[in-house]
Amino acid sequence: MKDRSTRLLWPILGLPAIVWIVLFFLIPLYVVLCVAFGTVDPIFRSPIPIWNPLEWQFTQVGVVWDRLVGPDNFYLPAVLRTLLYVTIAVTACLLISFPVAYFTARYAGKYRGLVLALLIAPFWISYMMRMLAWINLLQPEGLVNTIITMGGLIPIDINWLSGNPFTVVMGLIYGYVPYMLLPLFAALDRISPSLIEAARDLGATGFDLFRRVILPMSVPGIVAGSLLIALPMMGDYFTSDMLSKSPNTAMIGNLINLSIVSPGQAGQAGALLILVLLVLLVPMVLYTRSNARAEVRS
Amino acid sequence: MTVSAAPAEAILEESGVRRRRRLRGSSDARAYGLGTITIIYLLWALVPVAITVLFSFNEGRSRSTWQGFSLRWYTWDPTGSVINDESIRTALTHTVTLAVIATIITVPLGVLFALALDRWRGRIPAGANFLALITFVIPEIALAIGLLFMVTYLATPFGLGTWAQVIGLVTFQLAYPIVICRARLLTIGTHYEEAARDLGASALGAVRRVILPMLFPAILVSAILVFADVLDDFVIVRYLSSDASTETTSMRIYQTARAAPTPALNAMATIILVVSTLVIVLGWLLYRRWSKRQGQASDLGSFAGTL
Repeated sequence: MKDRSTRLLWPILGLPAIVWIVLFFLIPLYVVLCVAFGTVDPIFRSPIPIWNPLEWQFTQVGVVWDRLVGPDNFYLPAVLRTLLYVTIAVTACLLISFPVAYFTARYAGKYRGLVLALLIAPFWISYMMRMLAWINLLQPEGLVNTIITMGGLIPIDINWLSGNPFTVVMGLIYGYVPYMLLPLFAALDRISPSLIEAARDLGATGFDLFRRVILPMSVPGIVAGSLLIALPMMGDYFTSDMLSKSPNTAMIGNLINLSIVSPGQAGQAGALLILVLLVLLVPMVLYTRSNARAEVRS
Repeated sequence: MTVSAAPAEAILEESGVRRRRRLRGSSDARAYGLGTITIIYLLWALVPVAITVLFSFNEGRSRSTWQGFSLRWYTWDPTGSVINDESIRTALTHTVTLAVIATIITVPLGVLFALALDRWRGRIPAGANFLALITFVIPEIALAIGLLFMVTYLATPFGLGTWAQVIGLVTFQLAYPIVICRARLLTIGTHYEEAARDLGASALGAVRRVILPMLFPAILVSAILVFADVLDDFVIVRYLSSDASTETTSMRIYQTARAAPTPALNAMATIILVVSTLVIVLGWLLYRRWSKRQGQASDLGSFAGTL
């Protein structure tokens, strides 16, 4: 009697969250599929979802596919651009956060608390506020141009905020680097100092120590951090909208957002989203796996 | 013997000292190099935001030329200040309201699920855990569009607006308490609960009176994270917003930042920053007190580590 109630306790505790996830995560994703594989009302241009998977039609997906790789492939540049931007941004984030995380974990000493607090700070500064900060700095008469032209002495007129890919990539790095710093810090902080000392005693110095001890041990942190910032970047449209607002720097997220806000294109937005999710499925599962493994280890 | 040994020892010792000194020297240089990079990074990360805060106190309309200190954009500008511009006021109150409601729903839901996952084995909990982790890394736009389509095309009892936003936010944030509390439960282990059961506590009683108090720091950290993250949210709240009354501060920044805004926008962003800072600091103090009481690690590293 007591045993059965105990056994039932755990499913009862878990049930609300499971119901929530099914209702508000699984079903919505299914609705996206039904809209993407549905039809469009010929007069009102509103999407008509098809609920039965056996009757799904592939017209919307076909349209999107054509725009990606078919004859009028005007989606393709944005897709390639996204891959390029994300690759550069993730690499740069890694190059920035590794030395910073390593310093904080090993050398910060009595400043450790302070440095950590400052590293966490961008977490609670809203993303939009951080983009606003750069809009203020980069506007035509902003601080950056004032410094570059030495207060108007040198006649350089750099237009940072419309269609400048450098600004957008910088914005991505600026926006996402804190999310890579913390997992990396956690990974580097776990490497015990005695291990490094042991490597030293065995003759490893400088670069060897880094390449053969520290780097291999930080791989889980590097992978987790990279996935943690690369995945959201694939759906990011607001960074490009805030810092550029030009089709020349549009990313996949911008394509999806534009289809959502223009009438009659909801089905195409859904289809595009599904294609993106299919591609991201592998890295997403990879992340949940690495997370599960980290759990086992701890 | 002694004559020949002495120089050898001296040489050994000297070389050891030298070697150690050289090592320490190169490691000092490395520490300085890495420290410099860290300082440059922190300046780059924080100075732009500091400038934004500074210009919220600008006397004039410019966001780049300093015209003297004033509270104009907070209080006394007749139309544009935070107090007098209704849309800014609405955005501020709506943002905080959403954060409070979403936190109140997300945290219990996630904590109960984490407790269940800790003991309940099988396909259903494993599958649900997998889905919860996916919501953590799936691009936010996917969740937002899913709920937007569900509200628009599937007959649902709720329309766009506050409740749709809350539902989206809870779904997106649910993974935080789950991941954080599960990690803590794994370190707590089963023996406390077993001891409580041996002493006559029911399963529920053991959870309520033994496990939950031990879990409190983790619950607190997840609540802070959810709250701060909801204040920051943009994609979900934008797609699921119904009209001007459900606009948040991040939407307001998105819509007006490029259209020659006044420093009132900076002021609004600063207020949200102050709110989240207060919550984080308060949370950190509580966390430290509770962790200390339980003899757990209570430094900032463990606080940040659980983030």
